Amino acid sequence: MISGLRFVTLSRAVCLVALGASLIIPDARAADALTGTLKKIKETGTITLGYRESSVPFSYIDEKQKAVGYSIDICARIVDALQKDLGLAKMEVRYNPVTSATRIPLMANDTIDLECGSTTNNLDREKQVGFSTTIFLTANRFISKRSAKLKTLQDLKGKTIVGTSGTTNIKQINELNTKGALGMTIIPAKDHAEAFLMLETDRAVAFVMDDVVLAGLAAGAKTPDEYEISADALSIEPYAIMMRKDDPPFKAAVDGVINNLYKSGEINHIYAKWFEAPIPPRSINMHLPMSAAFKRVVAKPTDSGDPAAYAGN
Amino acid sequence: MFSNFDFGVIYASLGYLFWDGMSFTMLVTIVATVIGTVLGTLLAIMRLSGVWILSRLSGAYIDLIRSLPLVLIIFWFYFLVPYVGQWITGAPRPVQVGAVLSTMLTFTLFEAAYFAEIMRAGIQSIPKGQTAAGAALGLSPTQVMVSIILPQAFRNMLPVLLTQTIILFQDTSLVYVLSITDFLGAASKVAHRDGRLVEMYLFAALIYFLISLAASVYVRGLQRRYAIAR
Amino acid sequence: MNYNWNWSAFFDASPEGVGTYMDTLIQGGITTLWTALISFAIAFVLGSAVGILRTLPGRRIGAFAICYVELFRNIPLLMQMFLWYFVLPEALPTDISRWIKALPDGSFYTAVICLGFYTSSRVAEQVRAGILALPPGQRAAGLALGLSRGQTYRYVLLPMAYRMILPPLTSEFLNNTKNTSVALTIGLLEITARARAMQEFSFQVFEAFAAATVFYLAVNMISVRVMQVVERRVAVPGFIAGKA
Repeated sequence: MISGLRFVTLSRAVCLVALGASLIIPDARAADALTGTLKKIKETGTITLGYRESSVPFSYIDEKQKAVGYSIDICARIVDALQKDLGLAKMEVRYNPVTSATRIPLMANDTIDLECGSTTNNLDREKQVGFSTTIFLTANRFISKRSAKLKTLQDLKGKTIVGTSGTTNIKQINELNTKGALGMTIIPAKDHAEAFLMLETDRAVAFVMDDVVLAGLAAGAKTPDEYEISADALSIEPYAIMMRKDDPPFKAAVDGVINNLYKSGEINHIYAKWFEAPIPPRSINMHLPMSAAFKRVVAKPTDSGDPAAYAGN
Repeated sequence: MFSNFDFGVIYASLGYLFWDGMSFTMLVTIVATVIGTVLGTLLAIMRLSGVWILSRLSGAYIDLIRSLPLVLIIFWFYFLVPYVGQWITGAPRPVQVGAVLSTMLTFTLFEAAYFAEIMRAGIQSIPKGQTAAGAALGLSPTQVMVSIILPQAFRNMLPVLLTQTIILFQDTSLVYVLSITDFLGAASKVAHRDGRLVEMYLFAALIYFLISLAASVYVRGLQRRYAIAR
Repeated sequence: MNYNWNWSAFFDASPEGVGTYMDTLIQGGITTLWTALISFAIAFVLGSAVGILRTLPGRRIGAFAICYVELFRNIPLLMQMFLWYFVLPEALPTDISRWIKALPDGSFYTAVICLGFYTSSRVAEQVRAGILALPPGQRAAGLALGLSRGQTYRYVLLPMAYRMILPPLTSEFLNNTKNTSVALTIGLLEITARARAMQEFSFQVFEAFAAATVFYLAVNMISVRVMQVVERRVAVPGFIAGKA
C-alpha cells in the first residue's frame, strides 16, 4: 500500500486517503460508538425477545406454541430494522417466556433484550427499566360472571378477587382494598390464563386486569357471554415495549421504528390484524376499534409513564 | 364438567405434550441425574476428605441447598446465574443463559446436594478395612477411592440413587413457576388455551403416576436382586 | 455485579398500603408455619394409620395401604395441588363445590389438605419401617401378656417405633415445611410468594429472596435443635433410640 503510494501524485494520494478514510471511518465510528444492547446484539448476532403466554392479543402462544400477537409483530419490525442498522447478514432471534413476576429481573440480568408483552409503563417501573413509545392504551377494570351482578368496586366487598401477580392492577386493587377497608381476599396468579381460570372455576368472583386483556380472555373463553367487564375504570395504563434502562441509542432505535410505523400508517394494518379481525388460535375477533386516546398517541407519539399525559382534551 | 369429559383434547395435544413437554422433562431428569451424581460424589469425597476447608465448604453447600425449598432455589438460580456467569468470565455484561440451560443448571446443582448425601452414606458403608487393604497393596488414596470404594458404594446405593431420580423426575414439574414448557407446563398450557383443565390435569397426573410407579417397581426389583447378591 | 443492592427496601411501604415489605414477609412466614404445622399434624395422623394398616395381617387392608402410599408418592406435589384445587371441586355436587370455592381462604385449606395427604404417604412408610424394625418378640410378648392387638400397638409397639423413627420424621417435617412453598402456585401467600411479590414491586430481587432463605434456614436450625432435645428426653435407656 505504501510502496504503491510513492508512484502517485500528491493530490491523488490525498484523494485516495480521503476516500479510504470515508470508507473506513464511519464503520469504525459505528463499532466504537455502539454501546449497551446494540453492542451486545452486534457482538453476539442474537437478540432475545421476552414474550407472554396469555396476553391475548398482544403476546401469546398460538396452536403451534409459537409466540404471536400485536406486540410481537411490532417487535418483529424492530428486529428487522436493527438487523439492517447493525449491518448483520444474519441475526438469530430467540424467544424466552416471561411472566409478570419474572420479566423485570430477566431484563436486568440480560436474559431478554426486549419484552414484547402487555407491560404498563409507569413512573415506578421507569426507575428500573426503560420503555419504548407507547404502543397501546388501556384501562384497569375487573371482569366477573354476569350472574354475580358485580358492577362497582363496592360490590366486591368481602369477596375473593384474583389478579396477575406483579401487575400494576393487583397493586392498585390492594391499595384500594386497604384504603376503602373492603376486606377483599386478593389472590395473585402466575399469569393471566391462571387468573382467568380462577374466575372460570369460581375460585374468585372477579379478575382485575387491563380491559383489553380481559376482553381477549373472555373472547377466548368457552362461554364468552357469561362474562362482563366493569364499566368502572380504576386507571389508565399505557403499554410499551420494555427494555433496559439508560440505553439511549437502543431506545432511539426502537422508538424510531415505532414512530415510523405510526407516521407511515402501517400501525393501522397491524392494529386491524389483531383487534378487528379473527385471530389465532380459535379465530375470535376482538372487535375493538382504535380508541380516540390511542389515535392521539399515534398522531403525536409519546413514551410517558404518567397516565395524565393521555387524558383527552 | 365430568359429564362432558373430552378425550379429543388429550388426543389432539399428545404430540405437543410428549414431543415438547415430556422430552424436556426427561432431558432435565437425565442431565441432572448424570452430572448431579458426579458432582454429588465429588462433594461427598470432599466432605469425607478430612481436609478441614474442603469438608466444611462441601458440608455448607449441601446443608444450605437441602434446607431450602426447590421453588425458592429455582427463582434464585434463574435470576442470579447470569450475574455469576459475568463474575466468572469477567464479561462486561451479565451472561445470557436462557431458560433451558438455567433449568438444567439449577436441577443439577440442587440434586448434587442430595446425591452427595447418598454417596456419602454409600462410601461410609464400605468397611474401613478395605481402604487399609488397598493401601497395603500399594494403591494411592485416589486409586483406592476410584477402583475399590466408589464402585461398591455406587452399587450399594444404586436403588437409593434411582429413587432420588424418580423424585427428581417429579420435581421437574416445578419449572411451571417460570412458565417453562415441561410436561406439566405443556399440559397446563393446553388446559388454559382450550379451557379443558379437568381432562388435561387428570391425564398429566396419570402419566406421571404410571411412569413413577413403573420406575419404583423396577427399583424395588433391583433392590431385592442386590440384597440377595450381597 | 452491576446490581443495585438496597437492603433498606425492607422498610419501604408495601404495595398493599399497610406496613412495610418486612411486615408482608413476616405475615408470609406465619402463613408458612401454620400451613406446615397443620398439614404435618394431618400427615402424622393419616400416615400413622396407614403405616399401622400395612403391618396388620390381612391382604385386603394391606393392599389398600399400598395403593394409598403409591398414589400419593408417585404424582408430583404440584400436580396434586392442582388436582385438589382445580379438579376436585368439579367432581363434587354443584352446591358443595360452590361452597368450597367461596371459602375465603381456599388456597390455605387446599394447601393444608394436599400437603397432609402427600406427606402422610411418606410418614406411613416411616411408621411401617419403625414397627417392622422392632424385634418380633415384642409383639409376641404383648399378645402373650393378654393384651389385645390394639393394646399391643398402643402400649408396646408404637411407643418404641415412634422413638426410633424420630430422626426421619424430623426430616419429613422439614420437607413438608419446604413443600409449603409449592402452594404459591394456587395463590397461598406464604414466605416465598411474599418474597416474589416484594421482588415484583420493589425490584430488589436478591434482597427479597435472601430474606426467604434466611427464614427457611432459621426454621431448619430451630426444628433440628428442638427435635434433638425431644429425642434425648424421650430416649429409653439401653435401647437403640436411647443411645444419645
